[in-house]
Amino acid sequence: MTGGPLGKGENMNAVEFEHVKKQFPRMGYMALDDVNVQINEGEFVTILGSSGCGKTTFIKMINRLYKPDFGHIRLFGKDIQNSNPVLLRRKIGYVIQQVGLFPHMTVAENIATIPRILKWDKTKIENGIEEMLQLVSLDPKEFRDRYPAQLSGGQQQRVGLARALVANPPIMLLDEPFGAIDAINRENLQNEIKRIHAQSRKTYIFVTHDIREALKLGTKVIIMNKGHIIQYASPKEIINNPCDNFVIDLLKTLNIQNNYVIDGAGI
Amino acid sequence: MLGVIAYFQTDAANYINLVLEHVTISILVLLISMVIAIPLGIICSRSEILQNISEHLFSFLRIIPSLAVLIICIPFIGTGWKPAVIALTLLAIPPILLNTIQAFRTLPEPILEAATAMGMGTTYKLFNVKLPLAFPLIYTGIRTATVEVIASATLAAYIGAGGLGSLIFTGLGLMRVDLLYIGGISVAILSLGTGFLMNVFYKYKTRYLQIK
Ligand SMILES: Nc1ncnc2c1ncn2[C@@H]1O[C@H](COP(=O)(O)OP(=O)(O)OP(=O)(O)O)[C@@H](O)[C@H]1O
Ligand SMILES: [Mg+2]
Repeated sequence: MTGGPLGKGENMNAVEFEHVKKQFPRMGYMALDDVNVQINEGEFVTILGSSGCGKTTFIKMINRLYKPDFGHIRLFGKDIQNSNPVLLRRKIGYVIQQVGLFPHMTVAENIATIPRILKWDKTKIENGIEEMLQLVSLDPKEFRDRYPAQLSGGQQQRVGLARALVANPPIMLLDEPFGAIDAINRENLQNEIKRIHAQSRKTYIFVTHDIREALKLGTKVIIMNKGHIIQYASPKEIINNPCDNFVIDLLKTLNIQNNYVIDGAGI
Repeated sequence: MLGVIAYFQTDAANYINLVLEHVTISILVLLISMVIAIPLGIICSRSEILQNISEHLFSFLRIIPSLAVLIICIPFIGTGWKPAVIALTLLAIPPILLNTIQAFRTLPEPILEAATAMGMGTTYKLFNVKLPLAFPLIYTGIRTATVEVIASATLAAYIGAGGLGSLIFTGLGLMRVDLLYIGGISVAILSLGTGFLMNVFYKYKTRYLQIK
């Protein structure tokens, strides 16, 4: 492949942040404080960090829902400040933290939203809906004509995932997509999304509060604290060489979880 | 009672004509009101100041009796259906406008953000997300306006705009109680019946809100 899917450009970093700063009004600290990061194409990056540390802000910068106060963001080498935001967003899948399904549309219509914007033909849309529902383990016959109000929280999240994935965009942003899903289904969906990513070789950026999930899914993990990126490395590197006390503390919670699981299994 | 039967035997064609006039003027008024109030409401919802001005202005307009507006209009536009349409439009705009502002002020932020993030342009988002989500409230305003307009269109006959009000005014002039009954009850049925049908349509269109 020559050039990135979002345009030409020599640089094959799918996403690049350069000295990005963002502060919201009436906020004592910066939501993002001089963030520098380069994400290769095809990477599955998980972002881990405590509540309010800037994970969602980081994600929303990429599809231009937020504008940096300072610095540059490049996708496939192109500064996004110079691109048409509407067209840019059509190439970026986004699963928002609050799910955000359209309540007046059925499950099928929700999933068809982007295909309709992209003016796919009817059969292609129908096939896409079918395929996506199967992918997220919702029986199309049973679910396609339901409204979001008729779904559980976890089912809504899965539809949100299906809606973002349907057009197979070169960049996927997932903001805690499995937050409301029970352990068993979560495990299944984690495996699913790992498989989808491996097949597509697209760039995924995945926010989670669950350190096990972050280490399991990520080819790289970003650890954030108070608007800073503390460490950006492979899961192995993070476990072997935590760079900072914050990371060590995070890993301790993992050990506690693991011991608990092992103890529990022993009973 | 005999009078009522006799009326329908001899004047059925006239009666139907009056009903049609009544309906036509009401539909015309509602269409004009919607064309004015919905876009105006959308614009006003974007600014705190405009919103305050329009809310006060139209809440005030609401308390002026339509008959007064009718009479104020006469020197400028004369009699007939035109001043009637103006007076009734002024009556119909407030509920639609105020509900439109309210609807657009309370659109759920995450859903709008999802729409933006999916690459919807401003117009596409307006027609495919904002208006459908605002529909329940706007429609409720339209229904209120409709019931009010149908009832008040009766007054329009006072300045020669026709409609079922003519029956009532004729009845008053000739001291014929049967005409008063026919006119009054017809307006009531038309108004309540329309309200009922509009409710049915509302329930159908907002199925997604009712399932739980
Ligand atoms: N639109 C906004 N207006 C004002 N402040 C904001 C806005 N969005 C985020 N913030 C603030 O910026 C900081 C970072 O928020 P952000 O949503 O990025 O956190 P997060 O890491 O996603 O947290 P969580 O895990 O709870 O979702 C928080 O202090 C938050 O209050
Ligand atoms: Mg967040």
